[in-house]
Amino acid sequence: MLVTSLEIIPGRRVAKHLGLVQGSTVRAKHAGKDLMASLKNIVGGELKGYTELLQEARVEATARMVKQAEAVGANAVLNVRYSTSSITQGAAELLAYGTAVVLE
Amino acid sequence: MDHFNLIVFLGLLLLGYVAGRIAESRHYRSIRQREAELGDVLVFASRFPPDFRVRPQTLVGGSVVVGEDYFKSIVAALQKLVGGRLKSYETLLDRARREAVLRMKEEARQKGASMVVNVKFQTFSIPGRNPNSLRAVEVLAYGTALGPAMPRG
Repeated sequence: MLVTSLEIIPGRRVAKHLGLVQGSTVRAKHAGKDLMASLKNIVGGELKGYTELLQEARVEATARMVKQAEAVGANAVLNVRYSTSSITQGAAELLAYGTAVVLE
Repeated sequence: MDHFNLIVFLGLLLLGYVAGRIAESRHYRSIRQREAELGDVLVFASRFPPDFRVRPQTLVGGSVVVGEDYFKSIVAALQKLVGGRLKSYETLLDRARREAVLRMKEEARQKGASMVVNVKFQTFSIPGRNPNSLRAVEVLAYGTALGPAMPRG
């Protein structure tokens, strides 16, 4: 499965267009990590707990998107985009979406 | 009791200022050093690669969450009264964005790529207890890493 943010693949032709595929996940902060983050907020700097949390969620969202692409018989997902939105305080939705295609 | 609160407030302000300054200058030093090291991984915002030779490719990204310090939050709250430039947040976002690009470049180099094209940024702010206040901001940079061109055939 080829996952790329490009719209075309140099040297390869799109044989079949299968439409939009997406994967998303909603994650909430861990209460303990949140407390650590509040303490870290006094001195500033990177909040590693949050970086990891969001990164893991993004990997999960991408994996779900790839699964959906496999289900429709694609061998590549083109023009992949990410989007993050906060749902309620302390929870975020991460979305990955792209165009599923069959490449020759 | 009032005095106690004031002392705690000033203590946090001082701690935030000193620790925040140290963290920021250390971060900037590390950013500059790594930017020099990773200078040969080229990054393009254009949608298409500069040449159309066949190359191995993969999606790469880098993200970082940078939190504000207590001093910055107070300064920003005061600056918001008069409007204009919020300099204390400008450096915060600058650091986050450059760090995210560096992490993306590191991943690209690890995968043997020589350039990253179609780079997109995304900024997500994590609110604090008061919904109007900023607590931390996440910056994500992602794009398609392209390896060295493969010989034809």
